[in-house]
Amino acid sequence: MIGAPEGLWATARSSHDPWRPAERRRERPERRRERPERRRERPERRRVASGVQTGRRRYHRNVADTPELQAPLIHARGLTKCFGTFTAVDGIDFDVAPGEAFGFLGPNGAGKTSTMRMIGTVSPVTSGELTVFGLDPARDGARIRARLGVVPQADTLDNELSVLENLLIYGRYFGLSWSESRRRAKELLEFVQLTERSNDKVEPLSGGMKRRLVIARSLINEPSLLLLDEPTTGLDPQARHLLWDRLYRLKQRGVTLCLTTHYMDEAEQLCDRLVVMDQAKIVAEGSPRQLIDKYVTKEVLELRFNRADNETDDSAHLGNRLEGLAERVEQLPDRVLAYTADGEAASAKAHERGLRPASVLVRRSSLEDVFLRLTGRSLVE
Amino acid sequence: MLAVRISPPRILSRPALIVQRNMLVYRHSSMVIISGFFEPLFYLFSMGFGVGSLIGNVSLGNGTSVSYAVFVAPALLASAAMNGAIYETSNNFFYKLKYAKLYDAIISTPMSLTDVARGEVMWALLRGSLYAIGFLAVIAILGLAGTGLMSSPLGLLAFPASMIVGYGFAGAGLAATTFVRKWRDFDYLQLAIMPMFLFSGTFYPIDAYPPALQVFVQCTPLYRGVHLIRALTTGTPDPVLLIDVVYLLAMGTIGLAITSRRLGKLLLS
Repeated sequence: MIGAPEGLWATARSSHDPWRPAERRRERPERRRERPERRRERPERRRVASGVQTGRRRYHRNVADTPELQAPLIHARGLTKCFGTFTAVDGIDFDVAPGEAFGFLGPNGAGKTSTMRMIGTVSPVTSGELTVFGLDPARDGARIRARLGVVPQADTLDNELSVLENLLIYGRYFGLSWSESRRRAKELLEFVQLTERSNDKVEPLSGGMKRRLVIARSLINEPSLLLLDEPTTGLDPQARHLLWDRLYRLKQRGVTLCLTTHYMDEAEQLCDRLVVMDQAKIVAEGSPRQLIDKYVTKEVLELRFNRADNETDDSAHLGNRLEGLAERVEQLPDRVLAYTADGEAASAKAHERGLRPASVLVRRSSLEDVFLRLTGRSLVE
Repeated sequence: MLAVRISPPRILSRPALIVQRNMLVYRHSSMVIISGFFEPLFYLFSMGFGVGSLIGNVSLGNGTSVSYAVFVAPALLASAAMNGAIYETSNNFFYKLKYAKLYDAIISTPMSLTDVARGEVMWALLRGSLYAIGFLAVIAILGLAGTGLMSSPLGLLAFPASMIVGYGFAGAGLAATTFVRKWRDFDYLQLAIMPMFLFSGTFYPIDAYPPALQVFVQCTPLYRGVHLIRALTTGTPDPVLLIDVVYLLAMGTIGLAITSRRLGKLLLS
């Protein structure tokens, strides 16, 4: 079976384990170089990841041949969560396949965390259908949790214990023996680069270290599904990249990832497929590339104007002068965004029409543009 | 002993993990634990022997009369069992529940909230048992020295009896704490504990009260605990002991059930 903890993690402990310090040192520079390519390879990688894993290798099989393997790890239909009269999650449908990295993208208050908590069996479903590993969270909560790793939004580390003890006792909660728990804890501290801090208290650790420790803790039971609620919120770029790297490696080892984020780059980096949530509903679904293709143009031309240079142009006028120049023009207080297939050409045309922006930027459109298109620019809180 | 009573050991293996977690925490600060051992002893020496030297014998109400130290020692043991259980399940439990967010992390493991509640009670009992053993050891030694503090072999049963007292108060303490919203609310808890400690037949027989008040005092849990332990250490058992035991066990068990339910409401939203 896919994601069967034994087989999955057994491979990680083999002598060819990329985790191992000696080999890791050798591999690291290579991996860095690979990074930029990774995105381009995404569609392929996804196919591989959803294949069958046997020993160290994964074989891709035709979906139709092995329907039982394609049974979704998470299956939700009409999933709804209400708190009193407030509807936090409003009848959403989604499936997460084994081996997939699935993301919930949305502004604060969109219902992402509520959804994650329902999957994690710590929040009762109000109505609708939800199964995790094919089990019912209301009835088989403990069995689901035994195979689940959870990284909650707020760090819930045990501040009265040391870094190592946090992992040790957490392993015990999952029924591991002390020695097995210790073995895994040491391995995981190595994995998240916290070995030197093993005996320190948790309190003085930096935000990034705490986050890494929570991730290590979530892996102590060798979960086949990892739930991450805003795993990198509030972290500095170095810490975020280290975390992404670790999550990417987990995914490569066949761990299914299910995460929420409001960082577009994070969603683009990590997710094979994602849903955009807004006001308790799913408003779009697809791979990052599909969403960009569907909701925005290939490129975005950003024209920035200094107010003083355009005193004669009132904002509406400026927008009008760009009319027909791009598929869609969005006017912001000091900028105009033109969504177009060819940013350079649009820029030249704007120049012809006598526009003299203070700065011009042509960029590839990103998930952020999709996100803002779908959820709007105003704060929804 | 108590563990065997609640349920088979297999079911207690998960609650035991809460005990192990707490032991990890206290591993480095064992002095905090040891300090609790002295409190009842200080009371014994100041009240039992100090104040006791001013007082003659005290009648137990069944024809026997004993020295004041013999009268007050079992009550101090019962009070220590109560205080230990309440302290552990009020302030400490509240901190873990509301501030340390300990259980928010544990609910994502196969542990259930019943496991958590049972575990915290087990821990409170374990801690209380250290004090009970210490106190009883001192009483036994003084008893051998001729103070009559432990005049009957039944006195050895005071240990399990103090565990039963601890169980009752630990369960009730946990349940009460799940309703607490802020630290100041614990003042109300003290408002219940302090009078019980002073007036439950601890320091003088309840014959001193008018009959109606006597009945009221007899309904309080600490009175039941004092009655139970005193009957054992003075070697004067009577059938009412059964009521004491049932009362305290029921209090603990109902408390546990309420705690599990309340934790579900607080943590699983």
